[in-house]
Amino acid sequence: MRVDRRKFLAGAAAGAATVTGVPHLWIRDMDQVWAQDAKEIKVGVLYSLTGTTAIIEKSMSQVTQLAIDQLNKKGGVLGRKVVPVIEDPASDPKTFSEKANKLVVGDKVPTVFGSYTSASRKAVLPVFEKRNNLYWYPTYYEGFECSKNVIYTGAVPNQQQENFVPWIIKNLGKKKFFIVGSNYIYPREMAKVCKILVEKNGGQWIADEYLELGHSEWGAMVKKIKDSGCDVVYSNVVGDSVVAFYREYKNQGLDMRKLPICATVTSEIEVQAMGPEFAVDSYTSFPYFQSVNNAANHKFVEDYKSFAGKDAVTHHALECAYFQVFLWAQAVEKAGKIEPEAIREGAKGQEFDAPEGHVKIEAENLHTWLTPRIGQVQSDGQFKIVDEYKAPIRPLPYSAYGETNDNLFCTAKGLDASKLKKT
Amino acid sequence: MAEVLFIGLSLASILLLIALGLSITYGTMGVINMAHGELVMFGAYVTVLGITHLHLNFFLCLPLAFIVTGAIGYAIERLLVRRLYGRLVDTLLATWGVSIILIALIRVEFGLAFFGVHVPGLGPGLQNVPIPAILSQPVALWEGFVFQPYRSFIIVATLGLVVLTWWILSRTAFGMQVLAVSRNRTMAACCGINDKRVNAWTFAYGSGLAGIAGVMLSGFKTVFPDMGTPFVIDGFLVVVVGGVGSLLGTTVSSGILGELTGFIASVTNDILARAVVFAVIIAIIITRPRGLFAFKGR
Repeated sequence: MRVDRRKFLAGAAAGAATVTGVPHLWIRDMDQVWAQDAKEIKVGVLYSLTGTTAIIEKSMSQVTQLAIDQLNKKGGVLGRKVVPVIEDPASDPKTFSEKANKLVVGDKVPTVFGSYTSASRKAVLPVFEKRNNLYWYPTYYEGFECSKNVIYTGAVPNQQQENFVPWIIKNLGKKKFFIVGSNYIYPREMAKVCKILVEKNGGQWIADEYLELGHSEWGAMVKKIKDSGCDVVYSNVVGDSVVAFYREYKNQGLDMRKLPICATVTSEIEVQAMGPEFAVDSYTSFPYFQSVNNAANHKFVEDYKSFAGKDAVTHHALECAYFQVFLWAQAVEKAGKIEPEAIREGAKGQEFDAPEGHVKIEAENLHTWLTPRIGQVQSDGQFKIVDEYKAPIRPLPYSAYGETNDNLFCTAKGLDASKLKKT
Repeated sequence: MAEVLFIGLSLASILLLIALGLSITYGTMGVINMAHGELVMFGAYVTVLGITHLHLNFFLCLPLAFIVTGAIGYAIERLLVRRLYGRLVDTLLATWGVSIILIALIRVEFGLAFFGVHVPGLGPGLQNVPIPAILSQPVALWEGFVFQPYRSFIIVATLGLVVLTWWILSRTAFGMQVLAVSRNRTMAACCGINDKRVNAWTFAYGSGLAGIAGVMLSGFKTVFPDMGTPFVIDGFLVVVVGGVGSLLGTTVSSGILGELTGFIASVTNDILARAVVFAVIIAIIITRPRGLFAFKGR
């Protein structure tokens, strides 16, 4: 390509304009270039807007923005407006890590709200621990983590399974468990906890099977379930596979009333996608269902529907993504400054009247007190709450290893590894 | 045992459904259409939108999807593929780009999402496709074998499409032109066949078949924007194993691969089944590089 003088001058002018207009390229500390805006607080919002988990994560991103809007309408936090910096990690853990880096190091946000899958949380954890920043993780997960740079607002196994497994054995009278899940860390760890609880309560687990995330051909697996002689299917299947699974279940003639699926991940979203007729009479254990009957939840559902459309449904991870923003705001107000460590200290013990009821951040392990519930799918796609604790219970991320209320493994001093015995 | 065979047959029919359109576009035209899976996805979304907004019967969505995806295929051929004749890798890249665009179009609801408008039936979430009542009740037959009407419908419909395609290719004038152009384009053009027009309509037909596949799969697979990507891989495997350009080859290879997957998955698990099937495919390609029923001579 011949470069004549005209082209050269044009290119040089464009280059000079770019470099002066985007000082990020040649100045390392942005504070020296643009003054920190004293009227704003930036927060990172890190949920996938594209890719397979966008199915759930996009709504979580939107509800975070809804909560931030509501905060700003009431005057913001410390008198400043909260500005979300939204990134799309595209359902890929490696991209999660890159975007987390960009938010913490590049945008210098004091807090990031994000993640749905455990894989993505594990991918961003090193970023937050290295930079001593703060990550608010709203999704129910398998436990076994004790990071002082993460505030976990979703359920841990003792809040999802410790009520579920005994209830199945006592109330449904089912003793032979066929455990099925998606092939990654969360379902495998949940299955570990389930097996411990099943054996402790006098039941028996017959099988522990896995299929890839996103796998949509369930013919062979459902046939295995039929041939196994189990009387209840314990499902830790995640994502769009759930829809294909439940449909195949009914298509092969299995009856939820005789052989129910008891799930830990099937929420209002999956039920709506598969069509309620395929899920009726199955059970799920979550601290929150859209049908929870209190004033805060009615308002939340109403606000969310006017925001996302009247066919939108709310679910547990969504509700945690929503109330964690308010807990964060309270923590910042208490801390008085916008630094991750101060916010973390301010968050310990924070309480809030969330749509699911009263919640509290446990000061020792930074997880959240939640109220366990069990729901049964009805023909309108909503859950009827068939079991509910009277008050929120303490989160124990190491409950499968023997952690109890009197013997905490994860405290403010960190994880006491000597208490972890081989199971 | 009957159930295992039925599962295998059902898997085979799904593979064939997807591979049929591919065997037309790849087999007769030599064009690698990476957007084929997305055309299947479009067929599924046409079903969702047709049922939600136009209140169509499920069965009416079949011809509708055929027309819609056929039109998209025609457009792809005329605007893109035509300019890339003979450049196989470039066609691959270009159609891969088309597939990304198609996925994105659904995700951003054809641009409406930027204006805050949400159309029910579009967007990144999961979509629900209600199946017609006559196809959704499983019937328990002998020995615990459950007759699944929907999967049986897919098997029957797929065989029907195969017969239809064979009839078009071997018993109509248009089919003769398609075969002539695929064997020797220059000579066919010399004989007065408008090869560009034939190619466009061939591509449209193959894409239309993808749309029909999408409608039928939407009934029991999950409908979401990324659903199409795994299909195109399976489709190419079937076409390549069966022999490029051979309808019989595609049918037989989908039967073999489907039954094999179903059998191994019932005995062990689906993950191992996939690994074994891949190993078998590699073995077939090594021993018969042109596939099972390769067309002799070119």
